[in-house]
Amino acid sequence: MDYFLTDEQQEIRALARQIAEEKVKPVRAELDEKEEFPWEIMKTLAQADLFGLYIPEEYGGFGGGSFDNCLAIEELSKACIGVSVSFAASGLGAYPILLYGNDEQKKKYLPRIASGQSLAAFGLTEANAGSDAGGTATTAVLDGNEYILNGTKQWITNGGEAEIYSVIAMTNPSRGGRGASAFVVEKGTPGFSFGKKEKKMGIRSSATTELVFENCRIPKENLLGREGVGFMVAMRTLDKSRPGIGAQAVGLAAGALEESVNYARERRQFGSPIISFQAVQHMLADMATQTEAARALVYAVARYLDSDPKEISKASAMSKLFSSDVAMKVTVDAVQILGGYGYMREYPVEKMMRDAKILQIYEGTNQIQRNVIGAALIKEAAGKKA
Amino acid sequence: MNIAVCVKQVPDASDVKIDKATGTMVRDGVPSILNPFDAYAVEEAIALKEKHGGNVTALTMGPPQAAEVLRHVVAMGVDDVMLLSDRAFAGADTWATSYTLGLGLKRLDNLDLVICGKQAIDGDTAQVGPGVAVNLGLPFVAYVRKVIEVGGGKMKVERLIEDGYEVVEVELPAVITVVKEINSPRMPSLKGKMKAKKLEVAPLSAADLGAILENIGLPGSPTKVVKVFSPPPKGKRETLVGTPDEQVSALVDRLAGIKVI
Repeated sequence: MDYFLTDEQQEIRALARQIAEEKVKPVRAELDEKEEFPWEIMKTLAQADLFGLYIPEEYGGFGGGSFDNCLAIEELSKACIGVSVSFAASGLGAYPILLYGNDEQKKKYLPRIASGQSLAAFGLTEANAGSDAGGTATTAVLDGNEYILNGTKQWITNGGEAEIYSVIAMTNPSRGGRGASAFVVEKGTPGFSFGKKEKKMGIRSSATTELVFENCRIPKENLLGREGVGFMVAMRTLDKSRPGIGAQAVGLAAGALEESVNYARERRQFGSPIISFQAVQHMLADMATQTEAARALVYAVARYLDSDPKEISKASAMSKLFSSDVAMKVTVDAVQILGGYGYMREYPVEKMMRDAKILQIYEGTNQIQRNVIGAALIKEAAGKKA
Repeated sequence: MNIAVCVKQVPDASDVKIDKATGTMVRDGVPSILNPFDAYAVEEAIALKEKHGGNVTALTMGPPQAAEVLRHVVAMGVDDVMLLSDRAFAGADTWATSYTLGLGLKRLDNLDLVICGKQAIDGDTAQVGPGVAVNLGLPFVAYVRKVIEVGGGKMKVERLIEDGYEVVEVELPAVITVVKEINSPRMPSLKGKMKAKKLEVAPLSAADLGAILENIGLPGSPTKVVKVFSPPPKGKRETLVGTPDEQVSALVDRLAGIKVI
């Protein structure tokens, strides 16, 4: 399918594809096995100018949008979503600054993120606050010219590896959801440390840790927006980043489809390559159709987001929901087509299937995505009546 | 630090076919690539520039389509390019090529260093690097595997030799050739690729360079190719099997049989 990409977008895709083929594929199994953070690849991506695709030129970026970023994420994800999430999560950490930072904050942090000199991360989730962000227990108390942070964030992608963290904390717990605020905290700030590194089912090369704040003092200037808008910052950030998860899903599904087709052409049973059997062909046909449908939706939503519309939650949720369900199904089918070989670590689809599951969970479970879409439907219908 | 890199467009050797009738390489339909050894030269030039400032210019002699390799190196981070292209350059051997590249390099002001890959994968002579140095009258170090330091108008390098390496100090400006141990060439960057896409390459002709006609192209090439042939297939081969002891006695029997032991 031709999606009528601009010259620049074709270059972005070609470059990300080259890095995926030459730098990611050869090491993905080893990174997974050793649970090793892909620093070498991050450096390559930085040198290739890919970290700042969605960041304005005045802050050192490429001046593109969500769609440009999705193209890079998709290509990297064809090879490994453990690598692509480490890349994409830097964007997740940058969006709060991009969306709510003042010019001074943008000038201070975005060029470092755009150049890939520093990775960023986003700290929202806690032990008792995930889908229900209202349960956030981390606090930020203003003391003179500083905020004092206390609490623990959990399952933070790029934790420990990133240098710039966008963190949500309660400035006024009595106000519940309206009492949260967003802050930038830099690695190395006294009182800010990292808890245990999680052992995961998939995306094992990515770093997932706790962020621990113990009387961590940060300058007042590190507040993003104003007090009380913390959850708004979080929601708008996730609205922006969800098509990136969709792009991960499309890439992963496309990678699994390619492995399946290649294998089915080579594998011979009953005297013929198994791709000549209709049972296999039909599975591949469904996998290809679902992957292409997911891609079309992700591209359409990413382009829509780049037109800067007012309301994006519904479309953004759809792009993540549909694509991640597709990625799960396609990777399960890929293992089935490869049969016994598919179940072995020697072949890449075993890892792809393990990796796929997280796409239905992180940045809001797919049940939460359906809630978002459902709420938007109710709101739209109510709006029509009035 | 102003650095020039000499690069060459070569056929992709991973897929070479030989015409059995003529014994020459079939070039039709074979994709052209940057000579792999030149990628190390380009990387080293860009890395030195990033460390010491200055400018990197890439030079190539070849047909108009050789502009493609210049685009490739601009995407990696080379600042300026120079394409030496003229029908009169055709058929040049390493002597005429070194002379022509030398003329191009003399047009660059305040040059501190010229870097070449150790050899091209098509000719495999490794003669153009030193030839360029002779034409420029500059000191030359071959097979550099590491640049140790640069400063005070000098450069200290490690050069690879048969059974180890030598540490050499050389006055700048100088010409060096580099081996693959020196670095790991970078990927292109997006900004570089966009710059390369827009790059317009104006070729310099023999007249532009003020070349003496009997020194360039086929007339300027003392090397004459008398015959090109594929080496004959290897003679009869035999693999000895069995335990190491059995193989040893079988081998001794064979060697004794042909009276070499």
